[in-house]
Amino acid sequence: MDPLPLKARLYVVAVAMSALPLLCLALINGATSVDVIDLLFLAALYIISDSIGSKGSRDAVTIALGSVSAMAALPLLGGWGAIILACSTAFATDSPPLIKRVFNTSQLVLAAGASALCFVLMGGSEITEDSFPQIILPFLLALTVHCLVNGALVAGIVHFAQGVPVRTVWHGTMAKSVSGYVGYGLFGLLLAVLWAPAGADVGPAAAVLVLLPLFVARWAYAQYAEEQRAYDRTVRTLIAAVETKDLYTRGHSERVAAASVLIARAIGMREDRVASLRYAGMLHDVGKLGVPTRVLQKTGQLTEEEFAAIKLHPVRGLEMIREIEFLGEAFAGIMHHHERLDGRGYPMGLRGAEIPEFARAIAVADAFDSMTTTRSYRGARTPEDALVELRRCAGSQFDTVMVEALVSALDEHQWQSETTPLFDVTAEDDVVPAPSGSPVFDHDDPRSVAAHPPSKNPAP
Amino acid sequence: MTAARTRPDRGVSSQVVVIAAAMVLALGAVIVTASPGGLVEPWIALAFAAFIALGELARITLPGGRDAAPIATAGALAYALLVTFDQGTVGHGALQVVAVVVLAMIIGVFPHVVAGRAPTVDSMARRLLAVGFAAALFRGTGLDALVHDQEGFVQALAMVGIVAATGAVDAVLAAAVRAGADRAPFVAVLRNESRAQVGIGSAIGATGALIALAASIMGSWALPVFVIPLLLTQFSFRRYAAIRSTSLQTIRALSRVTELGGYTETGHSRRVSELAVAVGRELGMSDADLLDLEYAALMHDIGQLSLTEPIPGGATVVAAPAEQRRIAGLGADVIRQTGVLDGVATIVERQAEPYRRAHEGMDLDVPLASRIIKAVNAYDDLVGESAETARRLDALERLRLGMAYEYDPRVVDSMAKAIERSSGL
Repeated sequence: MDPLPLKARLYVVAVAMSALPLLCLALINGATSVDVIDLLFLAALYIISDSIGSKGSRDAVTIALGSVSAMAALPLLGGWGAIILACSTAFATDSPPLIKRVFNTSQLVLAAGASALCFVLMGGSEITEDSFPQIILPFLLALTVHCLVNGALVAGIVHFAQGVPVRTVWHGTMAKSVSGYVGYGLFGLLLAVLWAPAGADVGPAAAVLVLLPLFVARWAYAQYAEEQRAYDRTVRTLIAAVETKDLYTRGHSERVAAASVLIARAIGMREDRVASLRYAGMLHDVGKLGVPTRVLQKTGQLTEEEFAAIKLHPVRGLEMIREIEFLGEAFAGIMHHHERLDGRGYPMGLRGAEIPEFARAIAVADAFDSMTTTRSYRGARTPEDALVELRRCAGSQFDTVMVEALVSALDEHQWQSETTPLFDVTAEDDVVPAPSGSPVFDHDDPRSVAAHPPSKNPAP
Repeated sequence: MTAARTRPDRGVSSQVVVIAAAMVLALGAVIVTASPGGLVEPWIALAFAAFIALGELARITLPGGRDAAPIATAGALAYALLVTFDQGTVGHGALQVVAVVVLAMIIGVFPHVVAGRAPTVDSMARRLLAVGFAAALFRGTGLDALVHDQEGFVQALAMVGIVAATGAVDAVLAAAVRAGADRAPFVAVLRNESRAQVGIGSAIGATGALIALAASIMGSWALPVFVIPLLLTQFSFRRYAAIRSTSLQTIRALSRVTELGGYTETGHSRRVSELAVAVGRELGMSDADLLDLEYAALMHDIGQLSLTEPIPGGATVVAAPAEQRRIAGLGADVIRQTGVLDGVATIVERQAEPYRRAHEGMDLDVPLASRIIKAVNAYDDLVGESAETARRLDALERLRLGMAYEYDPRVVDSMAKAIERSSGL
C-alpha cells in the first residue's frame, strides 16, 4: 500500500485524539460496573467474527458480522462496556499496518460512544425481566447512530487517503453495507436477550447458537457467488476453445459480448437483461461449428449450397443451446443476429421491429468486431472507420438506435480490439494454413457480405 | 444426473417402510390430539402451525436434488423443544407436536400440489419422523420438565443434544431411502447425505433451539425474527441450485460441439455421461466426485476439436493409444484453462490410460472417474445408439476380454449391472 498522504495521517491523529479521552473515561467508569467475564467473551467473539469475515472478500456482509457483538454489548454490558469492547478491534488477527489499526479502533470507540449516549438518553438500559418491548426503540436508534458515525468516519479516511469525494464514498460502499450492518446489529439485541441472566439466561453459549445460522447464511451466499464465477469462467473458456476451429474468430465471441453490453448499457437496458445479452453475445456463433470447416475457410465465391449452410448457423446454435433454460431471451438474440432491418437477412428474413432487441444489438456488435479485427485478406480497420461503415448501413442493415448507442458508448469507453485470445489449444501442426490472396467470405463483415450477395432472399 | 433416478425403481422397500411409519404416526397423533381434552394451548399451536405451513410453502431443493423445507423444519423443532412461551409454561405433549406439524405440512403443501409441483412424499415422511423423534426424546421422556427449572444454559445444552441426535436420525433415514432408490451402497449414501445436510442442517437445528429459547421472553415474535438467516440461506441455496443446473445444461449443450463438428456420433457424450454417473453411483462415489465425473464425461472428447480431420465415427477406441492420450491431454488443457475445473481436467487427461500395463504392477494412480470414463466410452463407441441386445452383449464381452489390463474389472462389472438394469437385458 502506498504511504498515506499527510492529510490522511493528520485525520487519523485527530480521530485517535478524540477517541482516547473517551476510552479513558470508559475505563475509569466501567472498571467497577462492567462484567469482565462477559466482556472477554464478547471481545473474543468480536475478534473471531472479524477474522472470519476478513478471510473472504470484503463485501458488505463480511464487514457487518462484527456488529453483532458490538451491538450486543449495549444492553449486555452497558454504554461504558460497549466502548471498552470497541478496543478489541486493535487485536484483529489480519494484522493491518499500525496506523490502520489505530484508526479502526479509534473510529469504533467513537461510534460506540455516540451510540451508547443515544441509547442511554432514549431510556435504554441493560436487559431486565420485562425490558423486551420497550428496549427496541432506543436500541434501533443507537444502532442507527453507530452506523452513521462509523460510516462518516470511514468516508473521511477514504476521502483523505484516496481523494474520493465524501459523497461518492457515502453513496457507493456505505449505502450498500447499511442494510447488512443494521440487520446484523439487530441480531446483537437478540443475542443479548438470550445471553442475559434476566433474559433466557443461556450465557455466552448463546453466541454460538445465534451466530451459527448467520455464518451458514454467509457460507451459502459465498458458495453461490463462487459457483457463479466458476460458471462464467467455464463458459468463456469453452467458447474460446470452440473458436479455435475457426481461424478468424479468436476472441470474437468475448468481444461481441463486451460490445453488446456497451450497447445495452447505453440504451439503458435493465441489468438482468444485460447479463442475459452478454451470454447471448458470447454464444451467438456457436452454431458455426455445425458448418463444415472447408466452407467457413473457403476462398472465393460460395456456391448457393454453401451459403445455405452458413445461413443455417444461427438455427444450429439455437438447437445446441436450447436446453440452457436460463438464457430465455438470449435465444432470440442468437437465432436472429443475422437478420437485417430491410428484411434481407437470414434465417427468417424478419424486418424492422420484428427483429428482437437482443438480435439487433448483437448484429451491430458482431459487425463492429469483425471489421476491427485483422483478417487474412485485409488488415483491421480502425474503430472510427468501422463506426462510419456501421452508420452507412444503419437503417437498412442495422438498427440506427443500436449503432448510435455503440458510437456514444465508445466515446466513453476504451475499446480493446483483438485482445489476445484467452489461450491457444491448437497445436502448431494442426493449424490450417491461412489462405492468402483471394478474399475469404466473412459472414459478419458488411462489406464482405455485400461482395457475396446471396442469390435469393428467403421469403419471410 | 437425473437419469439414474428416473428409471423404474425396484426394491424400494425402505422407502415404503418410512412412508408407512410416518402415516401411522401421523394418524395416531391426529386422533389422540383431536379427541376431547387432547389439544392444549391452541393459540400457541396455531402460531407454530402457521409458521410451519409457510415454511413448507417455501420449500427448496438442495444441491443433489434433495427436497428440504428448512423453515418448516426449524419451526417444527422449535415447537417440539418449547418449554416456556412468553414466560408461561407450555404443556403440549409429543403427539400434539406431530399432529400440529402434520396438519401444517398438509396445508403448506396444498398450493404446491394445486400448481402441479407435488413434493416427494418420502422426504415429507422423513421430516415428520425426525420431528416425532425429537418430540418423543424431549417431551416423551420427561426431559422437558427436568430442564424447566434449570438455567438457560442447561436448557440450551439439552436442546442442542436433541437437535444433533435428530439430525443423525434424519440422515440415516434419508440415506436408507436414497440407497434403495439409487442402488448405491448405504455407507456411501450416508456419507453423502451427512455432507449435504451438515451446513443447512446445523443452521436449521440452531434456529429451532433459538426460537424455543427466545420464545420464553419474546413469545411468538421469536418466530419471524430468528428465521431471517434461514430465509437468506434459502435464497442463496436457490440461486446456487439455479446456477448449478445452468452449468450442467451449458456443459451438456457445449459437449455437443464435437457432435455438430462431426467429430463424434450424435448423443455420444450424453450417453457416456449418463452411464458413467450410474456406474459411479453404484461404486459409491461422493456427490462432488459424481459431479466432476459427469462434467468430465460430457467433455471427454473435447480434445478432438483440435484435430484437423475427425476420427472416423469419432470412436477414440479405434485410435492408436498414443493418439488417444494426446487427444485426452489436449482436452484436459482446454478444461484446465477455466481455472475452476482442475479435477475435471485431470479426469479427462487420464481417461486414456490403461488400467494396468503388462509386466507392471497395478497403476492405482489412475482416478476412478477416469477408469469409468475409459470403459464407458469404449462401450458406447462399440454400441452407439443401437439398442440391439446382441450388440450390447458383444460389446460387454469385448470389454471383459480387455478387463485385466485395459479396463478396471470392478468398473466393467458395475457397468454391466447398470446396463442390465436400464435395458432389462
